Amino acid sequence: MPAVSKGDGMRGLAVFISDIRNCKSKEAEIKRINKELANIRSKFKGDKALDGYSKKKYVCKLLFIFLLGHDIDFGHMEAVNLLSSNKYTEKQIGYLFISVLVNSNSDLIRLINNAIKNDLASRNPTFMNLALHCIANVGSREMAEAFASEIPRILVAGDTMDSVKQSAALCLLRLYRSSPELVPLGEWTARVVHLLNDQHLGVVTAATSLITTLAQKNPDDFKTSISLAVARLSRIVTSASIDLQDYTYYFVAAPWLSVKLLRLLQCYPPPEDAALRGRLTECLETILNKAQEPPKSKKVQHSNAKNAVLFEAISLIIHHDSEPTLLVRACNQLGQFLQHRETNLRYLALESMCTLASSEFSHEAVKTHMETVINALKTERDVSVRQRAVDLLYAMCDRSNAKQIVAEMLRYLETADYSIREEIVLKVAILAEKYAVDYTWYVDTILNLIRIAGDYVSEEVWYRVIQIVINRDDVQGYAAKTVFEALQAPACHENLVKVGGYILGEFGNLIAGDSRSSPLVQFNLLHSKFHLCSVPTRALLLSAYIKFINLFPEVKATIQDVLRSDSQLRNADVELQQRAVEYLRLSCVASTDILATVLEEMPPFPERESSILAKLKKKKGPGNLPDINNARRNVNGSSEHTETNEVTNQGSTPSFTDLLNLNSSPSTGASLLVDAFSDSATPASIDVNEENFPRFVCKNNGVLYENLLLQVGLRSEYRQNLGRIYVFYGNKTSAQFLNFSSSVTSPDTLKTQLNVHNKAVDPIVDGGAQVQQILNIECVSDFTDAPVLNIQFRYGGTLQNIAVKLPVMLNKFFQPTEMTSQDFFQRWKQLGAPQQEVQKIFKAKHPMDKEVTKAKILGFGVALLEGVDPNSENFVGAGIIHTKSTQVGCLLRLEPNTQAQMYRLTLRTSRDTVSQRLCELLSEQF
Amino acid sequence: MRKEEKKKEKKKEGKRRRSSTFSVCACSSETELMRFMLLFSRQGKLRLQKWYTATAERDKKKMVRELMQIVLARKPKMCSFLEWRDLKIVYKRYASLYFCCAIEEQDNELITLEVIHRFVELLDKYFGSVCELDIIFNFEKAYFILDEFLMGGEIQDTSKKSVLKAIEQSDLLQEVTWAPNFHPLILQVGLLQGLLHMGYI
Repeated sequence: MPAVSKGDGMRGLAVFISDIRNCKSKEAEIKRINKELANIRSKFKGDKALDGYSKKKYVCKLLFIFLLGHDIDFGHMEAVNLLSSNKYTEKQIGYLFISVLVNSNSDLIRLINNAIKNDLASRNPTFMNLALHCIANVGSREMAEAFASEIPRILVAGDTMDSVKQSAALCLLRLYRSSPELVPLGEWTARVVHLLNDQHLGVVTAATSLITTLAQKNPDDFKTSISLAVARLSRIVTSASIDLQDYTYYFVAAPWLSVKLLRLLQCYPPPEDAALRGRLTECLETILNKAQEPPKSKKVQHSNAKNAVLFEAISLIIHHDSEPTLLVRACNQLGQFLQHRETNLRYLALESMCTLASSEFSHEAVKTHMETVINALKTERDVSVRQRAVDLLYAMCDRSNAKQIVAEMLRYLETADYSIREEIVLKVAILAEKYAVDYTWYVDTILNLIRIAGDYVSEEVWYRVIQIVINRDDVQGYAAKTVFEALQAPACHENLVKVGGYILGEFGNLIAGDSRSSPLVQFNLLHSKFHLCSVPTRALLLSAYIKFINLFPEVKATIQDVLRSDSQLRNADVELQQRAVEYLRLSCVASTDILATVLEEMPPFPERESSILAKLKKKKGPGNLPDINNARRNVNGSSEHTETNEVTNQGSTPSFTDLLNLNSSPSTGASLLVDAFSDSATPASIDVNEENFPRFVCKNNGVLYENLLLQVGLRSEYRQNLGRIYVFYGNKTSAQFLNFSSSVTSPDTLKTQLNVHNKAVDPIVDGGAQVQQILNIECVSDFTDAPVLNIQFRYGGTLQNIAVKLPVMLNKFFQPTEMTSQDFFQRWKQLGAPQQEVQKIFKAKHPMDKEVTKAKILGFGVALLEGVDPNSENFVGAGIIHTKSTQVGCLLRLEPNTQAQMYRLTLRTSRDTVSQRLCELLSEQF
Repeated sequence: MRKEEKKKEKKKEGKRRRSSTFSVCACSSETELMRFMLLFSRQGKLRLQKWYTATAERDKKKMVRELMQIVLARKPKMCSFLEWRDLKIVYKRYASLYFCCAIEEQDNELITLEVIHRFVELLDKYFGSVCELDIIFNFEKAYFILDEFLMGGEIQDTSKKSVLKAIEQSDLLQEVTWAPNFHPLILQVGLLQGLLHMGYI
């Protein structure tokens, strides 16, 4: 065989390669390579000028070494020398080396570009092709800059050889992709379009690739290509298989060109011209017809090429989405493939059908294949094919088949590959919610999900079921009954315990009438799972217990005993201990009325996008999800939710997850409990309430005050020494508040430091309504005290008087200041007088989380300066307080000590009162 | 009537994800761009690699390693396509060698399989029942053939004759000392015995 001896046979290279192959170990290989590298280096450095052949041989060896995965840091110069050789093989190796091992060395690039320029100008087609290949292979910006204007010229020049035209088209395409701005469209573009008419099919193929990419970015400039492409396509599909000679591939006429033309047409909507449109439809029909003809060859290449064209045609049909007959035919064709013996075709058919399912014309046709797809789910041996089947089932699901599809997916889930379980769980959850006609089915489905694949049920899924149960009172009783039954299983997933705990805590009373699920039975059932659960679940169960005390006074003693046990009251976990202590105390001191109020049923959740859908989108990327969300109807859409909910929720609990997230800062549910508790300890109402005041030091929005009747929310904004606060008063009752008034008062000293103007509010606040008041604030000079918001109204005949400390603090008038390390320390030194510095060392009240601390410092209003403090654990900030009379520069430094759980806070400002006040405010935050 | 149709059309267009011209342009989907092609042996030795988009050397190594592992673990009857990262992998095994191409999401898988096959045919024609050793010892030729066939990830010419002619011409240019009657390519045109040797496993 001529094989190996073929070509120019570099013997030295062959010897070297077999040496490497004979190396027994990696070490031996490295040794051999190092020896060779040393040899080549000495040859390159030697005095004797190397002849072209040797140079080529050594450069080729270097290339081989590089391709083995070793670094090469020399030889570039020799390779560049080869470029200007007259011998083709030397030039060729030189170009190969350059395109594999391009180096950004600018001197070299200039030399390379020079060589390329010479070859392009040589008019020798072989040399020109080498040069064009090199440009396309490297495709760097420098090359684009050097040749972007030259190549279009070569491409459209009348005397350019066909093979060079092909290379030039693809080379230009490559440059356009990497740096489109360097390839301006021009007079050549129109002539490029006409290459679609070229006699040489190779030229047409290359040109179609170029035109498609250009048309995607500049559709208007290439509109003329539509008719030419249709004409070309029509000629190909109607040609006898031998017409195209060498462009016929296993009896298929020019499959590559056909695919490319069909792809080009997908850049445009269906042609407007009726005749053209008819011709295209004819082409597509012919392609569909050919699929039904008996194969002309048994070779897989024949069917692959034929089907490649067919699938591309189907893509175009789906893209146009305008010819119902074609869409249905496409669907039927894909249906045949679903049962084809070739795995590849089954995979592609499933994939393609997924897009067909979202077209209104073919949705029904796709649905007829449901049984086959379900069968694929059961029988396919390749997990990637099964995955496609799941996707398709998801896409074809609608109200009519939801129950069956969900059931099949659940069945599949039991045996599904671990890698795709989570996704299936999300899909089932979404379909169950979207197409739930009766919510008992929905609840059953989700509980089944947890039973079958509990580990893959993310928080979003079980949060969602609770959201829906709480919002729909028709399903609550059923949900309680079902979870109660599910919990009977000796081993149940922790997620089920969570759902069970939450639902029984809310709605256990709905099934308590039955002696088999009496309060005590319910409690014992839940508590039997307690010890097997993780801390967050236990915390949730404790909350369920206190809810039980409210729902069922008869089990109060039992539950109190449980709470009182050492394992609860002295639990090592702070959260559990705190809950146990507080709940126990609450159950002892609070009257039934207070208890009933505090532990009232959870209010309905505001309408929002399903968190699961968001999760699936995130998982799959936005483009990959079939249009299911367009038609999405949210099931918990109860219209009672008006803006009230929106606004009052703004500060406190922006998302549902917070409500259940036991590790985050106190949420309304919990804080409501804590509030009531502390209220009962200090039963004062006219006293100025300043409980929430510290919460607003580092943020501007949130709930300032809340009791049974009224919720006061704030939104504030500050600029320089001015501020504006929007106060929202929400009437939580169903009755009117009369004589409603609210005003702001300040202590005498504060009056000169801070101006507050408030506008009057409407004296009547309807039940469930909300009114807004605007306060304008001006900071005259630095201040310590805070103004008080006085609210008065008449509710049910009694006058209510509420006074709340308004969170206007000095730090609100901060402007953050960025500065360099040098500036910072210089100023720090300047503020060195003893009264200018205030320092405080204090114990951490919250977990010492770096990100949280950062956020708080930023919320405080200063700029956080990175890289200033030599110790990266410390925080350094700078800002300027703006008052009407003066501006006060301020530097701060916070040093956490995680071991001791302590902080040291140092503030330096030019004014002692400012330092003092800022330190007081900030030190309370950590 | 016509108006109504148009209206409907418009409505639909808004709904569809990859629909009208302009929305396609906005998401700038590239067509038929092959990202890279790899040839590796059953033992996991990389024999040829061609990258059509700029990729850092370190990333290349990582991707090659990861992909070889995935492909080598697949069973014979499984389908030739798989989703990997944001790409689609199309692979096929010929005797001891795996040919593996990475294409984009919306590209045509089947035609890519035939790109691989056409490349194998070209190698086979050139070397005469090509085997792994031919590609090891004449790696530079393998690169030349691939370059002649694909450029920047696009097919340059689908005609086997044109490609072989180009390579043949360059071989003729190689050494003046060549015997005038030594034209292995011409001798072998039409013979596919190499492919038969290799079989499709």
